[in-house]
Amino acid sequence: MTALILLIPVALLFAGGSLAVFLWAMQSGQYDDLDGAAVRMLIDPAEEPADPRMPKP
Amino acid sequence: MSCCAPGTELALELPATTGLSAEEILLASRPLGDGLRQIDLSAPAVHCGGCIQAIESGLRKLDGVEHARVNLSSKRVSVRWSGETPPPIAAALDRLGYVCHVFDGDPDEKDETFTELIRGVAVSGLASANIMLLSVSVWSGAEEATRDLFHWLSALIVIPALVFGGRIFFRSAWSALRHGRMNMDVPISVGVAMAFLMSIYETINHGPHAYFDASASLLFFLLIGRTLDHVMRDKARVAVKGLAKLGSRGAMTIRDDGSHDYVPVGEIEPGMKLLIAAGERVPVDALVVAGNSDLDVSLVTGESDPQGVSPGSSLQAGTLNLTGPLTLEASAAARDSFLAEMVRLMEAAEGGRARYRRIADRASALYAPLVHLTAFVTFLGWMAASGDWHRAITIAIAVLIITCPCALGLAVPIVQVVAARRLFEKGVMVKDGSAMERLAEVDSVVFDKTGTLTLGRPNVTNARDVDPDALEMAAAIAAHSRHPLSMAIARLGKGRAMAFDRVAEVPGLGMEASLGGATYRLGRIEWALDGAAGAQRGEQDGTILARDGKRVAAFHFEDQLRSDAAATVAGLKASGLDVEMLTGDREAAAAAVAGRLGLTHFHAEVLPGDKSSRVAALAAAGRKVLMVGDGLNDAPALAAAHASMAPATAADVGRNAADFVFLRESLSAVPLAIEVSRKAGRLIRQNIAFAICYNIVAVPIAVLGHVTPLVAAIAMSLSSVVVISNAMRLNGGSGRKGEAAPADGRPAGGAMLAAAE
Repeated sequence: MTALILLIPVALLFAGGSLAVFLWAMQSGQYDDLDGAAVRMLIDPAEEPADPRMPKP
Repeated sequence: MSCCAPGTELALELPATTGLSAEEILLASRPLGDGLRQIDLSAPAVHCGGCIQAIESGLRKLDGVEHARVNLSSKRVSVRWSGETPPPIAAALDRLGYVCHVFDGDPDEKDETFTELIRGVAVSGLASANIMLLSVSVWSGAEEATRDLFHWLSALIVIPALVFGGRIFFRSAWSALRHGRMNMDVPISVGVAMAFLMSIYETINHGPHAYFDASASLLFFLLIGRTLDHVMRDKARVAVKGLAKLGSRGAMTIRDDGSHDYVPVGEIEPGMKLLIAAGERVPVDALVVAGNSDLDVSLVTGESDPQGVSPGSSLQAGTLNLTGPLTLEASAAARDSFLAEMVRLMEAAEGGRARYRRIADRASALYAPLVHLTAFVTFLGWMAASGDWHRAITIAIAVLIITCPCALGLAVPIVQVVAARRLFEKGVMVKDGSAMERLAEVDSVVFDKTGTLTLGRPNVTNARDVDPDALEMAAAIAAHSRHPLSMAIARLGKGRAMAFDRVAEVPGLGMEASLGGATYRLGRIEWALDGAAGAQRGEQDGTILARDGKRVAAFHFEDQLRSDAAATVAGLKASGLDVEMLTGDREAAAAAVAGRLGLTHFHAEVLPGDKSSRVAALAAAGRKVLMVGDGLNDAPALAAAHASMAPATAADVGRNAADFVFLRESLSAVPLAIEVSRKAGRLIRQNIAFAICYNIVAVPIAVLGHVTPLVAAIAMSLSSVVVISNAMRLNGGSGRKGEAAPADGRPAGGAMLAAAE
């Protein structure tokens, strides 16, 4: 029973926290452009200067 | 499209200029404070990561631009700049190869309903998961003290779910009851509220059965259905609005003192003098005061040939000025123009159309009273049988809960969302679920001609018979004009530019060019031959290329049919539908197209009002009509038909009036939409039948008092899962993966192509 007194509030805290994070993400517009976010990671930043330490391709 | 082979499109034809002047951009932008202004443009051609990169880096290089971002999902570009004069955004986008249009409406306007729905789904989902966690231990036989503790915790957790999720249903049920009606939300609200109250009572009295998890799960599943329904409608509506807006936002007026002023359309009054450049649309009905030009009237009347205008001609709002600048005097305000008249005809047609009751609404009209009656009778029965009012209430509420409208509330939206998604992948956008239900019922199809069956774009038919050198010369001359016939000739050229000494366009007649002492004329026969003998009788409508007054080559044109239009018509007729064509174009043109397509029923020179009355006449004869049209003159007919479709190239009035909008050139979207709608209808009926069977089995069990919270939770979850799985069958199982990347790379497959590059 004593374990429950500790575990249940922790579980509720986690639940509340994840809900808050989800609502925040929605609020800050992260769900507005899911297709765009998916392809943006493929974009090559052309202006980045090449790292001289890395071996040239 | 252009982003994958940049530069080559410039050699093919005149770039399609958007006609977005700096004044229009300034007018449509909004200030953000600190000297910043923002404009949102819609760029429907954006479809991959390369597009994002090209546009963002291209726009960032412009002076004054602080921020440029592309939204791939809604195909919009938002640009922020500082200062009063907007940077040349439209020109930059044109150079990159993206046609852009000012976006209608405020994009930052967060959809309130959607936010509320998503919040409800999130909270009730979280609540039901956590309560289920606690409930499992109770069902597994926790001892009394633990059980009570868990019940109290569940009560605590369910309260936010009721507030955020239940609020939506309570509000809707309350407004329905206030008007003396019943809808689906009334039994849901009653069930949820009573379950909660009864469970609180149980918890206080240390009873064994608390239905908190049933309330939360019920809210969760139903809200999923609601949200999906809303999203489907919203996405299509927003996407349709974001397509090309073909009406002009304003016009350059010439004030009495001679100065020019850019005025929004709504402020143009009769009597104002307007200056319309080549490539702009006429904003209001007007009279020509000065200037000669050709007008493209296809969107307004359906006539495929451009009309020549000169001082004294009257113009209708919506027509496109092709060749030369015109000075007009407005004869009507925007609200009295042709466009507004179309809107009024449309509203009249919509009011007349019998309100279609969606399947779900019809089902719920039966369902609600039946469920309440059953619960009440159960209560009375148990009171009479045992006299224990507590037990009687418990069982009555169990009946309410077990009849779970989950299956009904989820069945229809799920199938429709899956169907809409499938159609969207094939380039057909659905405005709302009832559109698919109505489309499944049609038995006749009425097509508009110009722009629907045809592309509204003339093509040269006798290119092979023309001398190649003459063809090159004609193409080089024609490249300097925006007239549809010139563009058709220019498309045939190989892009070899000739250095003409002089090129001039004579509106209404043709083009004249000088090269090394010889004068070439490309245009109407009498004018090109300079009145000299040689014009054969009956050839007034032809276009020829003449050098120094002598005929060199003659061109014949034909309005290009949409690819597989003939096959589509044949397929529709084969599947038992009656196919008809209505057009505002001349009899000769209509007969030619009807002959090529194998259509026997057609009417030509039909006025817009007559189109909608023909559709209404068919409806009165008991037929369910699908209207496919694109122009302003089709809008009333689109509104009057049982179901309607428009191509994406349609006038925005037509697009907004239609239930379906197809983005690709091919007309096979029509039979595809009909087939998917019919399949969806079958699946919906199956789902409803399953829901009914489930209720028939579950209600007696509940009435007899065997339902416990465990049984209720299992039944609810199982029925929802079965309904969802059945809806997925629309995609036909494994067949779907193979067609996820369409050959021409639009719209859904674009991301995959970009990833593969």
